[in-house]
Amino acid sequence: MKHSGNRRTFLLIGLLAAIALVFAACAAPAAAPSTGAEQPAAGAAAGLPAEPGRGTDGTVTLVYWQEISILNPYLASGTKDFHAASLILEPLLEFNQDSELVPALAVEVPTLENGGVSEDLMSITYKLKDGIVWADGTPLTADDFVFTWEYCTAPLTGCTVQNFVAVANVEAVDPQTVKITFRAPAPYPYIPFVGYLSPVLQKAQFENCVGEAAQACSDQNTNPIGTGPYKVKEFRANDTVVYEINENYRHPDKPHFAEVVIKGAEDASSSARAVLETGEADYGWNLQVEPAVLLDMEAKGLGTLMASFGGNVERILINFTNPDPALGDKRSVWSPDDPNPHPFLTDIAVRKALSLAIDRNIIAEQLYGPAGKPTCNLLAGPPAVASTNNDACLTQDIAAANALLDEAGYVDSNGDGVRETPDGQPLKILYQTSTNSVRQKTQALIQQWWKEIGIETELKNVEAAVFFGGDPASPDTLNKFYTDVQMFTNGPDNPDPQQYLSNWLCQVEGEYVIQTPANNWGGSNVERWCSPEYDALYETLKSATGEERAQIAIQLNDMIVQNYVAIPLVFRASVSAHANSLIGPAIGGFESEEWNIEDWHRAR
Amino acid sequence: MGTYILRRILTAIPTLLFISFVIFALLALSPGDPTANLPPSLPMEIKLQIRESLGMNQPMPIRYVRWLQQFMINEPINAFEKATGISIGDSEGRLRITSWTARGKPVIDLVFERLPQTLWVVGLAYLLSIVIAVPVGVYAAYRQNSFFDQASSVLAVIGFSLPTFFTGVLVIQIFAVWLGWFPSLYNTTLRVTDFDSFLQQLRQMIMPVMVLAFFQVATVSRFARSSSIENLRQDYVRTARSKGLAERMVVTRHVVRNSMIPVVTLIALGIPGIFGGAIVTEQIFAVNGIGQLLIISIQSNDLPVVQTVLMIFAVLVVVFNLIADIAYGILDPRIRYN
Repeated sequence: MKHSGNRRTFLLIGLLAAIALVFAACAAPAAAPSTGAEQPAAGAAAGLPAEPGRGTDGTVTLVYWQEISILNPYLASGTKDFHAASLILEPLLEFNQDSELVPALAVEVPTLENGGVSEDLMSITYKLKDGIVWADGTPLTADDFVFTWEYCTAPLTGCTVQNFVAVANVEAVDPQTVKITFRAPAPYPYIPFVGYLSPVLQKAQFENCVGEAAQACSDQNTNPIGTGPYKVKEFRANDTVVYEINENYRHPDKPHFAEVVIKGAEDASSSARAVLETGEADYGWNLQVEPAVLLDMEAKGLGTLMASFGGNVERILINFTNPDPALGDKRSVWSPDDPNPHPFLTDIAVRKALSLAIDRNIIAEQLYGPAGKPTCNLLAGPPAVASTNNDACLTQDIAAANALLDEAGYVDSNGDGVRETPDGQPLKILYQTSTNSVRQKTQALIQQWWKEIGIETELKNVEAAVFFGGDPASPDTLNKFYTDVQMFTNGPDNPDPQQYLSNWLCQVEGEYVIQTPANNWGGSNVERWCSPEYDALYETLKSATGEERAQIAIQLNDMIVQNYVAIPLVFRASVSAHANSLIGPAIGGFESEEWNIEDWHRAR
Repeated sequence: MGTYILRRILTAIPTLLFISFVIFALLALSPGDPTANLPPSLPMEIKLQIRESLGMNQPMPIRYVRWLQQFMINEPINAFEKATGISIGDSEGRLRITSWTARGKPVIDLVFERLPQTLWVVGLAYLLSIVIAVPVGVYAAYRQNSFFDQASSVLAVIGFSLPTFFTGVLVIQIFAVWLGWFPSLYNTTLRVTDFDSFLQQLRQMIMPVMVLAFFQVATVSRFARSSSIENLRQDYVRTARSKGLAERMVVTRHVVRNSMIPVVTLIALGIPGIFGGAIVTEQIFAVNGIGQLLIISIQSNDLPVVQTVLMIFAVLVVVFNLIADIAYGILDPRIRYN
């Protein structure tokens, strides 16, 4: 007995020891010594030199509640990845806080006047700044740009950036000169290699990562070699990125921070808390928090909110086809021979009444606060292309909406509070959007207003991953549009609206681009609205320049809005916050928020 | 015992195969799409192209077999190579399970990157809660209906019923926002090199450990208490006392030991949970361990990561079940498996 008791004790101890060993083995890396001790994020203001020099200002901590997954923008999976990559990789030109072009790697902004843009608008030629080297010390040459273009356009790379769509060729005229040729005249040529979406990659590093190999190039994708102020010190996917200074950066006095940390957080409100309430972080990105809560946090005086308006507009899209499930395969399907019209939404009176009944001011003020203002335009920014012809929609007018419907013959004949079409179909609308508390509150408000004009609305929300996803098998994607109306945000990627306005085209080069099963729901015209006048006017935009161009863009916007193809609601801004001890952040709507991080420094 | 263990291990293989199929099939059939987080202006054709480049268009059985081979054969070999430095065959060309969102990053590397902070925070909270809960439970049972028993019961009920997402936010509001004692964001890149960094590590661990331990103590102490009460009434306890054994010996040698059987089950089956991380708590304090990896992978539809992490949990649950069964035999000689 005694013996076996001892053996049992021994076994028990052994078991515990084994568990402890597993723990020790797994926990060991955390305790491993490493050089360079961490410094507290904020409040390191003491002991700074009078003027900021290179690396004099310690560490700056940025909180991103969507964690960084990858640092190669061409394979990025979200805006946050593009931002994180912009500390390392640089384009030829970038946008400043006022959305004006400023040179980054290029000597100047090429224009028609200085001869950088060819007379026929078919090409643009950039001169590179002298003496720029990559972080590894090798020189940047025009070949790197040629390579980057080839990399992104190789079909199997899976490139997520579309800045090269209009490019026919990129050539290295000489090591310091890059010439980009377009497929068609490009009155706005500042798309390829401009802005944070399309920086230049190092050919030597990515040479073996083109095409199918791109996805497996883990080291390259998480530690790209760049020309920018920082390089990766440590990358922990979906958690933290630590950057250190690129010693080969071209400005001898910049960047001022020796280290940058981008840290993940649970959600937007914990990001806001870390910057505005506890002061643990210096910068918080995209703080989509209830307006009242956010302004309350700002009132504590630790940090300041900033809003940047690009061109994003939250809108309700109208389905011009019939989404009735009884139609089976023909549900929401448009074809040139059979437009499959919606029973009542194809009537402009109904669409206009839907718009009239909405109070955009309440939605913007109550639900968006600093992050949005009411708008009547789908092309709401930048200011040069924003129309002023539709501002009447800012006033809600339920009576006018009711009168309009009465006049058009939609009356409530059976007294159930819901109007019917002349042939007896009730005005019932299914309204879908992605799952998101602000969107659900918007839906509830609009449902109430539409009820006041005798239209019954059923609400539906779909998980964002499904709604915005490209799964051709799912019935709930925004592309299939199996409902009467749907709501989401979209906007131009750069200050020029040409690409964005192409979303309402019916035909491109003779091919229909409305989403149908034939193109695997891959078209761009989600509303399924087909207007030859719009297409014709868009043709003239393709060659217009200057003021004329802006005027045509405004007319195109007015055409969509005044036909109520989509109902704009809120012009949305991205709201970020910086600690008051941090000087330098200046955000615009079309550029990475860290575009000028080399100038950021501590208050002194 | 030896044959029993062997038999258990052999029966575990079909169980795990079945689990792996269920996990894979459920996730592969569930809606959602890895291209959903891409910028909204991206055209559909490009999204479709990306889906293809991630291998999503292959039929499910092929994807399952490939994944199984990678998980059961390739990854263990990689882990072995990494640990020992011996290379087996073509280690470069071997297919690995890679994350979709962190393009090309092997899932196992992601898991190993996150294990340290999960083990530190969740593991420490677990150890701490056992060390506190067992004596509290036993003492409460020994002094049944005393003030101590009542107080610990009330605390346990509170600990039980307050979810960690509530206590977590509460302690952040109190200790991080109002008092400013501890950071609300966990710094995963912190290295403990000297006393200062050790203090920093302690400060950032206190809140999440506190929150998790509070919840665990409540559960474990209840089990320890009820099981001890039951044993205190047994005849053998009276016998021990009448033999003239000291009270301390009666409780520690006899009662505690016999009361530990249900507690050991609870503890052993909870250990896979340590490796799984505490999903909610990790999120709240930005500990970014395995639990958070699982959550964001689900959110971004990074199926290879979700499948692999869930499968690792399944293996751990099976293993610790076995360990619990063996531990019974050690604690209670009457339990024999032969």
